[in-house]
Amino acid sequence: MMEQLLATKAEARSLSFYYGDFQALKGISMPVHERQVTALIGPSGCGKSTFLRCFNRMHDLYPGNRYDGQIILQPDNTDLLARSIDPIDVRMRIGMVFQKPNPFPKTVFENVAYGLRVRGERSRRAVEEKVEQALHDAALWDEVKERLHQPAYNLSGGQQQRLCIARALATDPELLLFDEPTSALDPIATASIEELMHDLKKRVTILIVTHNMQQAARVSDFTAYMYLGELVEFGVTDELFIKPQKKQTEDYITGRFG
Amino acid sequence: MAKATAALHGTAYLASRRARHIRERLIEVLLFFAALISVVTTVAIVYVLVKESVVFFEQVPLRDFLTDRQWTPLFDDAHFGIVVLLSGTLTSSFVALAVAIPLGTIIAIYLSEFAPYRLREMVKPVLEMLGGVPTIVYGYFALLFVTPLLQKVMPGLPGFNLLSAGLVMGIMIIPYVSSISEDAMRAVPMALREGSYAMGATRFQTATRVVVPAAFSGIASAYILGISRAVGETMILAVAGGMQPNLTFNPLEPAATITAYIVQVALGDLPHGSVGYQTIFAAGLTLMLFTLACNLAGHVLRKRFREAY
Ligand SMILES: Nc1ncnc2c1ncn2[C@@H]1O[C@H](COP(=O)(O)OP(=O)(O)OP(=O)(O)O)[C@@H](O)[C@H]1O
Ligand SMILES: [Mg+2]
Repeated sequence: MMEQLLATKAEARSLSFYYGDFQALKGISMPVHERQVTALIGPSGCGKSTFLRCFNRMHDLYPGNRYDGQIILQPDNTDLLARSIDPIDVRMRIGMVFQKPNPFPKTVFENVAYGLRVRGERSRRAVEEKVEQALHDAALWDEVKERLHQPAYNLSGGQQQRLCIARALATDPELLLFDEPTSALDPIATASIEELMHDLKKRVTILIVTHNMQQAARVSDFTAYMYLGELVEFGVTDELFIKPQKKQTEDYITGRFG
Repeated sequence: MAKATAALHGTAYLASRRARHIRERLIEVLLFFAALISVVTTVAIVYVLVKESVVFFEQVPLRDFLTDRQWTPLFDDAHFGIVVLLSGTLTSSFVALAVAIPLGTIIAIYLSEFAPYRLREMVKPVLEMLGGVPTIVYGYFALLFVTPLLQKVMPGLPGFNLLSAGLVMGIMIIPYVSSISEDAMRAVPMALREGSYAMGATRFQTATRVVVPAAFSGIASAYILGISRAVGETMILAVAGGMQPNLTFNPLEPAATITAYIVQVALGDLPHGSVGYQTIFAAGLTLMLFTLACNLAGHVLRKRFREAY
């Protein structure tokens, strides 16, 4: 019911993906609802990261990769995978946070300003304002405001990951992709990032890969269960975890998998 | 019985352990001596340089050596102003580095971040060959090919000049700069590049704003090596740079460098022990101190900007 009321931000349509000859995704169709958190779960190697990285055309960086099908981004109904679309234009609209924090070898400030600089923002005022705002949004401002001009590597792992989130937020992405953003962090840092996601979804659509079932249950509104490159089940998180439609999903979430 | 076999077993085990221990010790000693040889050689070189320089400075005050503006050790009115030779070394090195550092860096960026795999594998050996050409060949290339070419554009250019020698020296140094810089850039983890691309950066932005800063300490090492090569290069300058001492920072003039002067004197028939002969040690020491300073600066730079990805 909830599903019908929500706008769709993006939608995969019969999406297949090939690493050379190896087919890693098999005809996936599912929506990503606007201003909701959608979690991708499934056993290791089932293609969660592969699927996520289709959304910002990350696979274009490596030779031999091939997409088949469509990912339609709203509100302009653009097919992100169309040949005529420049992957850079896609990445201008869709941000990503990786599994391991990967700050650049720059200061805290310059890390967050990176996307603005890349976009050619010249006004110093505008850059400063957006950097500060993004750091606030990523719940990092109070911890780093005294050391904006120190190397980002001096921050702790959890702070670095929030810095990467701030970096992504600074350019106002429409969709934010997270690939296991807390798997390299301790429980406290993890909790702070989960809390952050909860606040962020008021303004940005989130698609997150996670290995941690409790995390999916905690942070997401919708969940997709994938297995061997296929989408097994997609639904409202609470329903999927309490009453999965498929036996396979049930086995996985109750830990009777394998 | 059981006890006996156990004991036997034990001694055999101990024996093999002892053999292994001796082998390990032997390898350790061998490695130590290999390391020792290089240290001893370095110390010996410094010892000879310093000892002979002391003899030199007993006859020529250090003050004159540093402040005199003429270098005429073989004249009756002898002057020993090292700055004359140093100017030649600095000027030719500057020309060489003005070629090698930008080109070497650009080539490294291209090979590491832009070139397709096949092309890279083809270009690298060719580049490395550039560094393997004997420098005497470069010297005559500068003298007989590059200088006449330059003279077409600049008719007043003398047959011996630092520009031509420096340019060719720069070409020789390119592979040293490019290959070490490229290795450093390729060692930058893909995760950093992906982070940059994910922000909407282009390849060029990623290369210049993320990869190069991340590889900075390796690139700095490449530059330091390039500088050391330039400062120490001898043959190209001896052949194409002209050997007359000339206090100048103008690359269009001929001038002797420290190294060119050393070969010149070493090949001549000056009696050992004469002040003229001792000059080469003082010049050599100056060169060594200069290179040492470069390396120290490089070391400090590397420490300050060490990779931390
Ligand atoms: N670059 C690649 N080339 C070839 N095959 C790949 C490549 N990357 C991933 N694969 C394969 O594609 C499949 C899906 O991998 P993917 O990384 O998307 O899995 P995942 O669900 O994210 O797993 P994990 O939970 O371990 O991160 C796997 O079988 C994997 O071996
Ligand atoms: Mg993954």
